[in-house]
Amino acid sequence: MVVLVEVMPKEGILDPQGKAVGNALRQMGYEEVGEVKIGKIIRLELDETDPDKARARAEEMGRQLLANPNVERFRVVFPEEAVA
Amino acid sequence: MKWGVVVFPGSNCDHDAYYALHDILGQDVRYIWHTERDLDGLDGVMLPGGFAYGDYLRAGAIARFSPAMDELVKFSEKGGTVIGVCNGFQVLTELGLLPGALVRNTGLRFICEDLPLRVEHADSRFTATCKAGEVLNIPVAHNEGNYMLDEAGLDELEANKQVLFRYCTREGEVTKEVNPNGSSRNIAGIMNRQGNVLGMMPHPERRVDAVLGHVDGRKIFESVLQSVGG
Repeated sequence: MVVLVEVMPKEGILDPQGKAVGNALRQMGYEEVGEVKIGKIIRLELDETDPDKARARAEEMGRQLLANPNVERFRVVFPEEAVA
Repeated sequence: MKWGVVVFPGSNCDHDAYYALHDILGQDVRYIWHTERDLDGLDGVMLPGGFAYGDYLRAGAIARFSPAMDELVKFSEKGGTVIGVCNGFQVLTELGLLPGALVRNTGLRFICEDLPLRVEHADSRFTATCKAGEVLNIPVAHNEGNYMLDEAGLDELEANKQVLFRYCTREGEVTKEVNPNGSSRNIAGIMNRQGNVLGMMPHPERRVDAVLGHVDGRKIFESVLQSVGG
């Protein structure tokens, strides 16, 4: 099965990339845009059929490698509605 | 001293590190390919600048799982000297040998220039030949040099005299205006609690040859030689 690991900058961590994109959007006329944050989505194909087990394994991967707890937070989601 | 310079796929300051240690400082140096586990007989290990594993995922995130890094942890636990410069500093934080993380610069650009650094403490093996408050000119070249750590962690670093270098004015004043990348408290370089692992964003190995103008970077290597033995 496929799971997605969403990784985002933690609250309070400056995200210069998101800030730059936010400025660009407002300059384009999208004045309603507030804070913009840019993270990443990591799509994992797992040889696993049990969603609970898949989630637990993906969370372990998130803690060990996919996110840096100093500056990022992450969550594991199932991709029903994602572009992936 | 016997030194090893770790080479990851994507390292690009490995030859500069070798040149500084071998040609300028007359040290015994060998390269260590990232898949090697043999650090036997070494007194010091340098993690050079570059883009290890292309900086994929996060700078240093994948490099830290290479076999040479497993051995580096044991090496550091035994008190061996470790210097991580730029990408090497990023690897050391990912590896957990140094606290915190290095994230994207606040100024929306890659920074490549000579910058003044204030030496915070002279009682470390990396700054023993400097004076506290002395200003060194050492270049930076990075996109992710913005040092991040929570306030409690920063206070602990300061209390234990682990902050060795800060970005400052030419006169040695630490101000917001001269912080090039957004680093917490203008931090440019720190060491671990035990005092044998240094991580710094500026490149001392690029300021060791008089032909290039300044030799301020030599002081960091000479401090190690003086403290640990040349």
